[in-house]
Amino acid sequence: MRDLTAYDIQTLIVAARWTLLLALISFTGGAIGGLVLAGLRMSRFAPLRLLAGLYVAVFQGTPLLLQLFLCFFGLSLLGIEVSALGAAAFAMICNSSAFLGEIWRGSIAAIPKAQWEGAVSLGLSRPQQFVFVIAPQALRIALPPTVNYMVQIVKNTALASIIGFYELSKMGSVLNNITFSPLAIFGAVALIYFFICFSLTTASRRLEVKLHERG
Amino acid sequence: MNAVELHEVCKTYGDTAVLNGVSLVARKGSVIAIIGRSGSGKSTMLRCVNGLETIQSGRIDVAGHRIGDGRTNLRMLRQKVGIVFQGYNLFPHYDVLNNVTLALRLVKKISRTEAEEIAARVLGQVGLAEKLRARPSELSGGQQQRVAIARSLAMAPEIMLFDEVTSALDPELTGEVLKVLADLAGSGMTMLLVTHEMAFAQNIATEVVFMHGGKIWESGPPSQLFANPQTAELRKFISQ
Repeated sequence: MRDLTAYDIQTLIVAARWTLLLALISFTGGAIGGLVLAGLRMSRFAPLRLLAGLYVAVFQGTPLLLQLFLCFFGLSLLGIEVSALGAAAFAMICNSSAFLGEIWRGSIAAIPKAQWEGAVSLGLSRPQQFVFVIAPQALRIALPPTVNYMVQIVKNTALASIIGFYELSKMGSVLNNITFSPLAIFGAVALIYFFICFSLTTASRRLEVKLHERG
Repeated sequence: MNAVELHEVCKTYGDTAVLNGVSLVARKGSVIAIIGRSGSGKSTMLRCVNGLETIQSGRIDVAGHRIGDGRTNLRMLRQKVGIVFQGYNLFPHYDVLNNVTLALRLVKKISRTEAEEIAARVLGQVGLAEKLRARPSELSGGQQQRVAIARSLAMAPEIMLFDEVTSALDPELTGEVLKVLADLAGSGMTMLLVTHEMAFAQNIATEVVFMHGGKIWESGPPSQLFANPQTAELRKFISQ
């Protein structure tokens, strides 16, 4: 045991970059996966729709913690050694893909069929219909729930501490074991999470207003 | 020369037959008003002409393309056949100018400057030259519908389809849209209109087609059709 110092708080802030990195990987990977899933869910081919639907159901219907365990312990049982970051990133990308895919599928489905028809009647190809007519409108609908989910991702990264990934929460408990100042340590940890999430929602609100002004 | 020719066209939704062997010929430059009750199949027929609806049997020859043999290039066809909808279907995230130029640039690969010249011309034609920078949401229903007509005209179609284009408008705004349609008919455009405006059908159309139960019951020049209906169904429809 030793006393809490300013240096400990600094250590926390440095550890937060791992939280940010994991969140960034999860969101970027999840965004790509989500786009693919949303596309598959609207595919003309029933088997693809079914497969994507099954994927979404599985990942939305099981706890992220279990998905993390399966990726970390399950893979090593199969003889595939993965680092804590690797396992956490993989599990969280799979998880975010399911949620973001559903958010985006819903946003696209919310655009009236008349918009597709207006575009198709002018001779636009299917990709052109999507890129120039549907996507810009769906984007506005998708923005608030997407940012909402980004905030979830940031907080979800705390679960990775359980498989031994030294991000913000893990560093918090380590420092608490040394200094035993739970109130100060976990208070500071919470504050850092709040700062990250609050910045996200503030930026999103600005963007929303901007998009709204553009009409 | 025939611009549109439908031959024994049949369409079903599941077990329900919507079009039950429809045959129709529209000569170049003719203005055909299609009348009938809701559910008579008139809008469906119109939407078949530019391939928005698929048909189960029969064939449609339109602007040199044949629908029904499964090999139609619908994108090519739709550049020659414009359609205007009851709900305008303008793109709310673009201003009037971009609504009109989008397909010119993307589909016809026309440069922006040239596309904007075309847009200015067609918007002038519908009396909206001063609304280039307005958003659809800033316009009245009648103005929005005129933009939709201009958007279609910009593509220089050979045939124009109008699907109840004044049905969502109040009487005051209906007039301004009908005037644009009348001008267009006067310019020699081949037009197929599904409409509830009987006076308009009577005055502007070269031919009126009465549909009932997925079939054409009567057709002919408006003077003849309205003055001397042959079937009880049309008599009943007109007298309402």
